[in-house]
Amino acid sequence: MNLKVDEMIGHISVELSDSQKKRGILIYAFQKIQKEYNYLPGDVLNTLSHKLNVPLSDVYSTASFYKQFYFTPRGKKIVRVCTGTACHVRGADNVLHKIEDEFNIEPGETTSDLEMTLETVGCIGCCGLAPVATINDDIIGEIDMKKIDEIIEIIKQGKAVSSHK
Amino acid sequence: MSFLRKQESRHRPRKSGELIKGIRFLHSQKTLDSHFRGNDRIKGIRYMKKLHCISELKELRQRLEKETFKPDTLRARVCCGTACTATGAYKVIDSFKHEASERSVELEIVKTGCQGLCQKGPILKIEPADIFYQRTKPANVPLIMSYSILGNMPYRQGLYRDDILSEPVILMDEVPFYKKQMRLALRNNGKIDPCNISHYLAVGGYAALEKTLSSMSSDDVLEEVKKANLRGRGGAGFPAGRKWEHTKKAPGSIKLVIANGDEGDPGAFMDRSIMEGDPHNLLEGMMLCAYAIGAQYGLIYVRHEYPLAVKNLGIAIKQAEELGILGKNILGTDFSFIVDIREGAGAFVCGESTALVASIEGERGFPRTRPPRLSEPGGGPWGYPSNLNNIESYACVPVIVERGADYFLSIGTSTSPGTKVFALTGMVKNTGLVEVPMGITLREIIFEIGGGILGNKKFKAVQTGGPSGGCIPEKHLDLPVDFDSLVSVGSMMGSGGMVVMDENNCMVDVAKFFLSFTQSESCGKCPPCRIGTYQMLEILKRITSGEGQPGDIKKLEELGKKVVVGSLCGLGSGAPNPVLTTIKYFREEYEEHIKDKYCRAKVCSGLGMFRIENEECFLCGLCKQACAFNAVKELRNKFFIDQDYCTKCKACYIACPIGAVKVEKQPKKTVDSRQ
Repeated sequence: MNLKVDEMIGHISVELSDSQKKRGILIYAFQKIQKEYNYLPGDVLNTLSHKLNVPLSDVYSTASFYKQFYFTPRGKKIVRVCTGTACHVRGADNVLHKIEDEFNIEPGETTSDLEMTLETVGCIGCCGLAPVATINDDIIGEIDMKKIDEIIEIIKQGKAVSSHK
Repeated sequence: MSFLRKQESRHRPRKSGELIKGIRFLHSQKTLDSHFRGNDRIKGIRYMKKLHCISELKELRQRLEKETFKPDTLRARVCCGTACTATGAYKVIDSFKHEASERSVELEIVKTGCQGLCQKGPILKIEPADIFYQRTKPANVPLIMSYSILGNMPYRQGLYRDDILSEPVILMDEVPFYKKQMRLALRNNGKIDPCNISHYLAVGGYAALEKTLSSMSSDDVLEEVKKANLRGRGGAGFPAGRKWEHTKKAPGSIKLVIANGDEGDPGAFMDRSIMEGDPHNLLEGMMLCAYAIGAQYGLIYVRHEYPLAVKNLGIAIKQAEELGILGKNILGTDFSFIVDIREGAGAFVCGESTALVASIEGERGFPRTRPPRLSEPGGGPWGYPSNLNNIESYACVPVIVERGADYFLSIGTSTSPGTKVFALTGMVKNTGLVEVPMGITLREIIFEIGGGILGNKKFKAVQTGGPSGGCIPEKHLDLPVDFDSLVSVGSMMGSGGMVVMDENNCMVDVAKFFLSFTQSESCGKCPPCRIGTYQMLEILKRITSGEGQPGDIKKLEELGKKVVVGSLCGLGSGAPNPVLTTIKYFREEYEEHIKDKYCRAKVCSGLGMFRIENEECFLCGLCKQACAFNAVKELRNKFFIDQDYCTKCKACYIACPIGAVKVEKQPKKTVDSRQ
């Protein structure tokens, strides 16, 4: 693991002590690890703890506080159903239940073949298109009963979602 | 032939106004040589020569004002906000580029930030004809090209119209959604490409910075902001000037300016639109704050769900640094300021100031007791005094400094001057981002800007202030909106989420929804918040599943008050608010749920009595298929529901395609005297 502490903490590094800097990049380091491994593997966190000189208990304590981090492997496709207020009043529950039933998993779980992880999210800020779901980084809006079937098809076939870029 | 043209263009010097790959070349060769190192576009960044003094910035801006956005250029300003991107804005842009090169037309395409009317995306504006198009599909692009770009005429089918009977609207400002709006914080959203600093300069960007550095002392800037009575747009409405002054007076030479972009409220996306659509505006506001309070470092804390905001802010910071607007000795003065971005990691509580500081320091995002406040030594990250404001607050600062506090005071109400951005969502026709002067009524926002309730249903309530706010009923619709008036009816401004609910939304269910959000987001530090919200949620779950008991409402009220008092931070003390306001204004709905076991909005399952209306039923049998308990029975010419088997799961109600399954109040049980 290559950690450039000064670069990661940014310009303010000149004003900080070594331990402050190392502690300060902890969350950023988690994000980098998760980007690489898709989750936070125990042995990597152990190495991180040694490198940053932060007790392993503190590393876990911080990582487990934030919703973004996972300690178990996740699926190739991350399906997030928005359950924010606007989506809620426009029927996000129906979308969620349909996907739950189809893949037989609860939010937060991953299918056994590691193809798909289902999650809920507080709000993705696309309230104008409610109800909204995302598959990896692609946003699908205005989901009605017809579109749910499309989404399920996309998840199953492993096709990229037709969107920009 | 087109291949030849491309080959040729690679070798000869470029002329002003020339089209290369759909991107119009805006600068004369002279400008290019003096200010841009060729047309290097690496990752969307155009490299610029560093500016060394204030007059150079002025010169550059004046030149860009003339050369960019010339009035006679054919131009399409396409909204590339997250919502429009999701509905296919990039496909529209591709087909515009394709059409332009097919027909050899010089067309400048500006990929702007969010223009507001997310519901009707992708939206775009054609200039100089100034025609506004909504729900544009790539298939419509050739027609728009022929009609509006080449022919200066509107293409009727792509225009905005209220409904199919009304006349289409051609101009953007004539669209009811935009008519009553007044854009200060969002003034550049929809005009400029957020990834292009020359666009920001061309619309008068960094003019406030220039004015400050050349003619204002730090006290002058502070006085101006204080005089303008800019109140923090993050929710509580604390005067920003007083906060700045406090930080300025704090001892210590190192100070920080922090922008709070941890916009976790469900149903709110104001800050995101500013960060994505006009990042330089935010940077300028932060710089003015840093200049006023004597800070050297800036941090922007962005929610991790906003990757595009992080990207655009990163580009903006890089461009500003290269131009010498950010960094050491800005424009040759002794003012130095540098900005870093911090990404959040998905904790709602980190929007709270002390929790945000803990998160920046790499700790668990726990709020702590104040004092020390952030503005005091020992309060900010690593103990440095810091000024924390919301993104929108900073976005208002350049306007105040440039146009003066009096201009800002002339807008809005006496206690809350200026404008406020609201994310208008829920059951309204036009959802999206609106910026209105303070003092406008809720009715104007919902019925004139928002276009009324979807499907012409009846308005029930509007929820403002996110999970800590409250629900406002119809009787307060004519309330002028500002910080104080919303508090007086039990709600709050919050960051500006505005969720409209109609007669089909159950208020108990809405309260349950908000409480389940705050309950799961509670950090767990204070027991009244951690346990109190859990217990309140349990009671609400009971009520909405038909097992409410008499006395539940009283319990909710008592518990709610205790949670408010016993919690340290805004999350806990605001959490019971949705429950308390819905009890205050919609008590009869709670009572109906508990006593009559009936949900008038028919949202909660497990309540009411299900019945099939035989007059309406056309015997499709879907209800019978849907029922898992064999409660729907079939006779020769009708279906009926056997109440003994019915579990009130609502499956038949959802399955019925024509709404013939009715949910009614249960008849009162009477004792049969004959037995």
